[in-house]
Amino acid sequence: MRRNGKPLGARILIGLAHAILLLGAIFMVLPMLWMLATSFKPAPETALWPPVLLPQAPTLANYTSVFETAPFARFFANSMGMSLISTASVAVTSLLAGTVFAKYRFPGQTLLFGLIIATAIVPFESYMIPLYLQLNAIGWINTYQGIVLPTLFMSFGIFLMRQHVASAIPTDYLEAARIDGASEWWILVRVIAPLSVSAFSTIGILAFIQAWTAFIWPLLVANNQSLFNMEVGLTVFQFKFSTDYSKLMAGSVISTLPMLIVFMILRRRIIESVALTGIKG
Amino acid sequence: MTFCYLALAPALVLFAYVRVVPIVESVILSFYRWDMIRPLKPFIGLRNYEQLLSDENFLLALKNTVVYSVATVVISTLLALPLAVFLARKGRLAAIYQTIYFLPVITPLVPMAIAWKWIYDYNYGLLNYALSFLGIGAVPWLTDPDIALWAVIIMSIWKVLGYNLILFLVGIRNIPEHYMEAASLDGASPWQRFWHVTLPLLKPILLYVLVTATINAFNVFTQVYVMTLGSQAAPGQALRVLVFDIWQNGFQYLKMGYGSAEAVMLTFLVLGVTVIQFRLVRHQEA
Repeated sequence: MRRNGKPLGARILIGLAHAILLLGAIFMVLPMLWMLATSFKPAPETALWPPVLLPQAPTLANYTSVFETAPFARFFANSMGMSLISTASVAVTSLLAGTVFAKYRFPGQTLLFGLIIATAIVPFESYMIPLYLQLNAIGWINTYQGIVLPTLFMSFGIFLMRQHVASAIPTDYLEAARIDGASEWWILVRVIAPLSVSAFSTIGILAFIQAWTAFIWPLLVANNQSLFNMEVGLTVFQFKFSTDYSKLMAGSVISTLPMLIVFMILRRRIIESVALTGIKG
Repeated sequence: MTFCYLALAPALVLFAYVRVVPIVESVILSFYRWDMIRPLKPFIGLRNYEQLLSDENFLLALKNTVVYSVATVVISTLLALPLAVFLARKGRLAAIYQTIYFLPVITPLVPMAIAWKWIYDYNYGLLNYALSFLGIGAVPWLTDPDIALWAVIIMSIWKVLGYNLILFLVGIRNIPEHYMEAASLDGASPWQRFWHVTLPLLKPILLYVLVTATINAFNVFTQVYVMTLGSQAAPGQALRVLVFDIWQNGFQYLKMGYGSAEAVMLTFLVLGVTVIQFRLVRHQEA
């Protein structure tokens, strides 16, 4: 009833808005659908003109041959392992440093915190050359530890944990525990950590996405195929099979799927977390 | 006190080793002719910087990066803002749209760059097929560097649009309801409400979107590397952007000092643009 009461101009405007939203949504999903459809096509079908959206003779052969021609299982395991290590390390270092910045006082504190936050704006790409030389000097190039090292702490994680501990955990709690004879470590593990679940999940999601999508650094540091993550593995794979799009799309689907599944499960949480900060593209 | 230092130690050691030292070192390196393969690495003052200013590759990379950044940031912001206004009212449909627009943000860049490469394919690509209906002949999207720049821009807008949208959406939904109601009662049209209520209140978010989008845009590399490099990563007709040029100077030509000078320039460029954006938005507030 209310809508009918609106003037014609407003109704046209609303209709137009819906049309734009729908068109935009199609534009958003089309590349993914095209990727998915192509991955099920036998190779000759990718050279059809006019192109057909759906595979005419759907096949899983592309998926099996992807695993045969490149160690995708290995790439996947590498991505997963390195992302989990990075996430765990970011969570721990953020909890420790964030708590200290929030609840303790020591000389140089403000300066140090400011430095950690301010340097986050400096693009990683602009200091990757000296970092490479540093790791080269200690023999960490072409090693797992060399690849994960830059993702082991996150300025934003420290920032977020500091904000959380400062605002959501009353200092009285800590004082009460101290009067009962608790050590600072006990307070950290038994009082602060359990009260920081929401901050942990936000930091964890961001750290995981950042590590999973890492590209330029693994590309530089990993020379052995056995150390490649999904992103680098797929890139090298595409240079080898640059014309075989049905296989390439199968590989692309495999490396997109984990992120999509995680996204579907944690949709709201991820959108909130990402809205809090920038993830690097 | 010992607790403080012990608890800070892991983060600080990493911070120093992975960020502070390399940042300082990149500035120092930029004053040297530091070639990996040459035993002598002499101090040459500002010569790397002077050389950069007449280096065609660098100037081309700078131009491409600026065009890419301006186009990606401006277009994705201008598209995201009205979409966010349309979606501001909460509801099932809005939630579905929000998820769909966010999908590209969450998908990893490499596989999606490959999917776009397939869409841009000269012979069998979906885009050239669609254009054929408009009577437009096949476009060499990724092999002509001038066109490739725009192909990468379109792909990147697709990737970041949802991110900007979510931020604007959060901002718009945080505007207290009574502001809008008051404006409506005073007879403000939807357009006036947007211009005089929504937009001014959205300024902090707008600034945040502009700054983060610009920083990310200046560091563009992955999609350029994946989409425009030839087979076996031959950089023949690759689209030249700053990080690509730094990567090539540093790791293909092994000129680490020269590459570092270029990297320092990139940092100052990013900082400069950020400061300007802060000034502009602050200035308009006053």
